[in-house]
Amino acid sequence: MATTVPTDFTNQVLYTDEVAEFSPEVIEEMKSHLKKYPPERKRSALIPLLFIVQRERGYIDAPGINFVAKFLDLTVTDVWETATFYSMFHFRPIGKYHIQICKTLSCKIMGEPEITNHICKKLGIKPGETTPDGKFTLSMVECLGSCGTAPVMQIGFDYYENLTPEKVDQILDSLE
Amino acid sequence: MEIRAIGCEPLQLKRMHIKDSHTLKVYLETGGYQALNKALNMTQDQIIEEVKKSALRGRGGAGFPTGIKWSFVPRSSPKPKYIVCNADESEPGTFKDRYLLERDPHAVIEGMLIAAYALGAQTGYIYFRGEYKYLIDIMEKALEEARAAKFLGKNILGSDFSCEIYTHTGAGAYICGEETALLSSLEGYRGHPRMKPPFPAVEGLYGCPTVVNNVETLTAVPQIIEMGGDAWRSLGTEKSGGTKLWSVSGHVKRPGVYELPMGYRDMEKFIMEDCGGMLRPDKKLKAVIPGGSSVYIMNADQIIGKGVTMDYEGLVEAGSAVGSGGFIVMDETVDIMESTKNLTEFYKHESCGWCTPCREGTDWLVKIFNRIAEGRGRPEDAQLLLDICDNIEGKSFCPLGDAAAWPIQSAIKRFPEDFKKWLFKNVNGDKIVANVEVEAV
Repeated sequence: MATTVPTDFTNQVLYTDEVAEFSPEVIEEMKSHLKKYPPERKRSALIPLLFIVQRERGYIDAPGINFVAKFLDLTVTDVWETATFYSMFHFRPIGKYHIQICKTLSCKIMGEPEITNHICKKLGIKPGETTPDGKFTLSMVECLGSCGTAPVMQIGFDYYENLTPEKVDQILDSLE
Repeated sequence: MEIRAIGCEPLQLKRMHIKDSHTLKVYLETGGYQALNKALNMTQDQIIEEVKKSALRGRGGAGFPTGIKWSFVPRSSPKPKYIVCNADESEPGTFKDRYLLERDPHAVIEGMLIAAYALGAQTGYIYFRGEYKYLIDIMEKALEEARAAKFLGKNILGSDFSCEIYTHTGAGAYICGEETALLSSLEGYRGHPRMKPPFPAVEGLYGCPTVVNNVETLTAVPQIIEMGGDAWRSLGTEKSGGTKLWSVSGHVKRPGVYELPMGYRDMEKFIMEDCGGMLRPDKKLKAVIPGGSSVYIMNADQIIGKGVTMDYEGLVEAGSAVGSGGFIVMDETVDIMESTKNLTEFYKHESCGWCTPCREGTDWLVKIFNRIAEGRGRPEDAQLLLDICDNIEGKSFCPLGDAAAWPIQSAIKRFPEDFKKWLFKNVNGDKIVANVEVEAV
């Protein structure tokens, strides 16, 4: 329920008349998701569509929400209601690379604290923060389903397993 | 990481080490879709009967007999029926489904098709946890291949059975592994569990009869159809049929996914020999959580020299449960107060907020654990934690609340020293009430 990036809505525009616009290709992609569900059950496509909005706009914002509401014949509140439940959606811009370190038991006992300290020191940020250049955002997340290769992190959707501080250096240094 | 079968021929893991095992070509070369062909020449009742005979139980964690679950579906209902594959693998310590989905996606498809045929379903959904995006891409390719080869779509293999399967993504919520929450999420809502009854078999997705099965449950189905329910059952024990995947993590030399016949003896041998023994040979075994974070934690005395049998009955007898088979091994460097705190934070984070006892209870548990970890534990805290657990357990719609309570209850009971050490000292580590026993212990 809680989100990986703190959900702070202070000074956020939650309601606006502005509706986001997307390219025809993206609209086609959205339509392809609708085909999976019965025509009267369009709401099922909500989560897949929100992922597309997040990918295209960097985060989920009020104009993006408005677009999805229109697209699926839902109210704006319906869309906010679902969106705010899931930890993979964020409602503020984040860094280009979203580092998500698994903090649950198997990773914890296999060296997660050392990895987290190392990354914090290297990037000069704490979990929940973004580097000033906007390159990295660091989050602590719950079990990523990769316990046999602990400790692990995800950057975006990519898994990085059996981490050591040296390996972390190589990975982060290779990202442009 | 190890992926291998011990004490049996690899069944679930049969294709794990074959190159390009995710492709249709390799799947067909290794006997794939033959069970579907066989199933299409059986009646629906015959298939359900074979699955019942196999004693297959849900591999997601609840362990409900699969054949019985299937038989609850009112096949004569005029409503459409659905088969849903639960690939929302999120139970801490569990990662077996990930490898099945990555390396044997067609086995999942074949299992779903056989289930769909037996239940009269024409549509299937595979609900992936959002983090498993790369697996959705693999599955999409597999579905495309299956469609092109007429294993999927209209008139499958020339029969009058038609079925379509689609992928669907979650977005980061452990609760969606609970079947009714999964269905809410699949309908585009917050992942709140629903009241049972009605059970999904009667009123599930879109109010229609629906069966939700775990990935490993579904990949077992083609094996059962191929060799027959009795033969599959006899791989394991009378009550716990077949084989089971165990996801081993923590302080062992060879963590990984292991396939064991049900009834495998014994747990000590499994840890000390099959998994290579303790990661650091000079550190002793302290604790094992054998079935994912939600089951009772076991101490070394319950394992060493006890000949614990690894199946549903054996683990209950030993004081825990099979659960999802997420087998977490901890050596003596782990403080069980801290490990329990870690899991409690997980349940607090993942509580969906629907039921008050679970939402508020897990929050208070974490607050108390935080205070204890800051060195401000009190002797009465053990009893306080247990009281809160008692107020959560059995008092919410779904088992998440129970799952938050069980690790704490078992940890306090089985590792009293690890709690006493924190509860009987102040910030400076001085013992302040050394002569008071922890009531709960």
